[in-house]
Amino acid sequence: MATTPAAEPKTNRIGLTVVDYKGGKTTLCAGCGHNAISERIIEAMYEMGVKPERVIKLSGIGCSSKSPAYFMNRSHSFNSVHGRMPSVATGAMLANRNLVALGVSGDGDTASIGIGQFVHLMRRNLPVIYIIEDNGVYGLTKGQFSATADLGSKLKSGVINDLPPIDTCAMAIELGATFVGRSFSGDKKQLSAMLKAAIAHHGTVMLDVVSPCVTFNDHEGSTKSYKYVKDHEESLQEISFVPHFEEIDVEYDAGSTVNVTMHDGSHLQLRKLEEDYDPTDRIRAITRLTEAHDKGEVLTGLFYVDTKAPTFIEMLNMVDEPLATLPESLTRPSREALEAAMEELR
Amino acid sequence: MATTDVARQDAGGQLGRKRIVNDMSIQVATVNGSGSQSSNTVLLRAIFQMGVPVSGKNLFPSNIAGLPTWYTIRANKDGYIGRKKEIDFLVAMNPETAQDDVMSLDAGASVLYDAPLALDRLRNDLIFYSVPYDKLVAAVCPEAKLRKLVKNMVYVGVVAQLLTIEMAEVEKAIRKQFSKKVKAANLNLAAAQAGFDYAKTNLEKRGAFYIERLNETAGKIIIDGNSAAALGCMFAGCTVVTWYPITPSSSLVETMIEYMKEHRIGPDGKATFAIVQAEDELAAIGMVIGAGWAGARSMTATAGPGISLMSEFSGLAYYAEVPGVIWDIQRVGPSTGLPTRTSQGDILSTAFLSHGDTKHIMLIPCSVSECFSMASEAFNLAEQFQTLVFVMSDLDLGMNNWMSDPFEYPTVPIKRGKVLHQADLEKLGGFARYKDLDGDGVGYRTLPGTDHPGAAYFTRGSGHNDRSGYSERPDDYENNMERLNRKFETARSFVPRPEIRKATSTGGEKVKIGIIAYGTSHWGIIESRDQLRNEYGIETDYLRLRAYPFTREVHEFIEQHERTYVVEQNRDAQMLSLLKLDLKPELITRLRSIAHINGLPLDARSVTDELSNMEGK
Repeated sequence: MATTPAAEPKTNRIGLTVVDYKGGKTTLCAGCGHNAISERIIEAMYEMGVKPERVIKLSGIGCSSKSPAYFMNRSHSFNSVHGRMPSVATGAMLANRNLVALGVSGDGDTASIGIGQFVHLMRRNLPVIYIIEDNGVYGLTKGQFSATADLGSKLKSGVINDLPPIDTCAMAIELGATFVGRSFSGDKKQLSAMLKAAIAHHGTVMLDVVSPCVTFNDHEGSTKSYKYVKDHEESLQEISFVPHFEEIDVEYDAGSTVNVTMHDGSHLQLRKLEEDYDPTDRIRAITRLTEAHDKGEVLTGLFYVDTKAPTFIEMLNMVDEPLATLPESLTRPSREALEAAMEELR
Repeated sequence: MATTDVARQDAGGQLGRKRIVNDMSIQVATVNGSGSQSSNTVLLRAIFQMGVPVSGKNLFPSNIAGLPTWYTIRANKDGYIGRKKEIDFLVAMNPETAQDDVMSLDAGASVLYDAPLALDRLRNDLIFYSVPYDKLVAAVCPEAKLRKLVKNMVYVGVVAQLLTIEMAEVEKAIRKQFSKKVKAANLNLAAAQAGFDYAKTNLEKRGAFYIERLNETAGKIIIDGNSAAALGCMFAGCTVVTWYPITPSSSLVETMIEYMKEHRIGPDGKATFAIVQAEDELAAIGMVIGAGWAGARSMTATAGPGISLMSEFSGLAYYAEVPGVIWDIQRVGPSTGLPTRTSQGDILSTAFLSHGDTKHIMLIPCSVSECFSMASEAFNLAEQFQTLVFVMSDLDLGMNNWMSDPFEYPTVPIKRGKVLHQADLEKLGGFARYKDLDGDGVGYRTLPGTDHPGAAYFTRGSGHNDRSGYSERPDDYENNMERLNRKFETARSFVPRPEIRKATSTGGEKVKIGIIAYGTSHWGIIESRDQLRNEYGIETDYLRLRAYPFTREVHEFIEQHERTYVVEQNRDAQMLSLLKLDLKPELITRLRSIAHINGLPLDARSVTDELSNMEGK
């Protein structure tokens, strides 16, 4: 029987196909923003040529935290407890500094039960990509407000939120995260560029991705619905990313575009949509976020970046190889060392 | 009353002539933050250097400065180094507690006091020595602001003279205490000498107590349990330490930081470890679990309140099968009050820490030497069984100074458990994370970063099948829980076996009474058994638990005795309750509880009194 040879599947720079980055079938609701984010993660990892075996996926509890099962099956994954993924990620990175840590959390998992660990993760500048899949409600427990819900936002039942939201981006910037941005699950181009830049970044990446909950928070009166976000989104920049293994072929105008050279030599190009916005100015970033709340804007873009700050792993001054696999000869001091310690105690 | 008359007579006459050598307890009552710790350590070391077995216990308030604190030194030729209930020699330095301190003494005890306190007016059945500390200290310490600190070294000299402790050993101990600070050493030495000289010229020794040279401490070391644990963990190959400060566990990690800096930083200046102060105990245990999952030998140290906070994560580690070591330096209960007092109150809550069906391996050291050796055992067990191992120390062990034989270098290699590497996976093609291939309940795991397309698995809590796929199927859950139980049963034969001491002088007659105890209660028990035999003719066999789950020997021991007293430092007989769950029903009625819950280390006399009473003697 004659067969036509199938076209060679497209591969990335390490010879893997996009299928090598796929996960299990999603069990989230059809149309859930989180599924779109999973897709963008798959693309970004594939396009950046990150070896899946180097990646660890970590999450807490909630709809968002289920999603690591739906991408990158060839990566180890840990679905931990509610609000405490940051500590698990920290421990894992201490054990093996060569891993690429991707944490997926939600607005409840981060801004309520997990706020304690969240703030300390941010201030340590641990190398981790921390994504909040932010829909303003608790999905798995059927639609209660979370702490990122906007003032005046309305539940399906008609209940109005009367507390101000926690802006996780403003917090992250203030606390020391070194790559902070907000995107929208429906903005394929922007989210994709930000994720690729996140992979290239050295330090804590905090991405708040507004990701509407089609079941509990996508109605009239919600400020986290597809419609509301589309109507109110204000982008700070047009973001494009050129990885270190590709040549920059687009000229840019220094007046209208900020070029950020990443730690690995990649380039992040931010074509300014707001003339005076400087993403290395922490104070300005926080001011602009406050303004956005006042104006009712869903502000997206890269708010803050610092490519020079030392990471937590660097500050600990550990050996280059993973602590996890150090041989006994390096982790158990000699007999003489014990004898010396005993002598001091005699 | 007649007894008072006898005591009065003793204090003035008979006791003064009787010599009691190398058997006494000295209590120093001072104010927290007054520098008395150095003086007490010097006194302890001087006795130790004279070859006399000794222990020191600090009974301190939850306070940095200003509240009363007591330090008890016990010297005992027979090697009894548990707390002694009776005080033989009181050094009363704290005006606030002096009166109570004096009134609580047994007749015949000696009291050394600061002259202005005029304590000798309080009782006439004690021996009083008065010392004008301020005058003495002013003469040797020109700098007024240092006098408060140096004053305490004066009593060291006085005590040395009155108890015949050699000044040469006091000097040696002072030089060790202030090893790098020559000026401070000289100043303190002058203060001690001034006290010694004053006592020699002005005080007439009337007490019965003497320290004389023995040869029982040669080669031995003095160390606290937390430092011993720190050393043990370092030699166990621990690589990740996370912690949140909490009394009485903080010094374990703080000492470990010092040891690790000295021994675990390579010539290139790079560390083979990471020590991280977490934001709370929830994060500390989370980091331990993350690190253990990714392959590090990880640990934290905490106390009861921290254990409570670690509850949820401990259950996750049990279900997800992640190794880690947790040191619980047990202390008295929640919030303010007695957090600086010792207890064995976390036994039951730790055994089943978390929600759902969970149970944990616990190791229970009784000595500094076991703090050292059990560290290696704990890490090996944690990785062998892919689970948390709790080491249940306590404040008495962790923060007090204990005499010990020097620690032996670990003979068992570091065992990393069932971990599949790239080469294994190339041969096998893949693996099922939670499949019980060997019948011991323990599956094979891979570490993140293993370079093989089949290496990854998904880690979750309760719902997974043996290939680590998400599952809510009843049979998957049930099978998994049964396997976890099998694993726990396997652990029974691997945890440290109990130490059993049989009665020696029964002439072959079967001993009817057993004692079960654990941890620091051991030191009171060994002394109490002698008291019971010598004073009441009660012979006892003794089993010291060293681990949970219980091994076969524990059942056999209870079976062999008509009655077994379970002695523990908690109110509700927590270990006895655990035993009840494990024992055949007919054996349960053989257990009796002796509880000690006053926050002070267990003393032999309390056990002897209660046990003899329960035996109708």
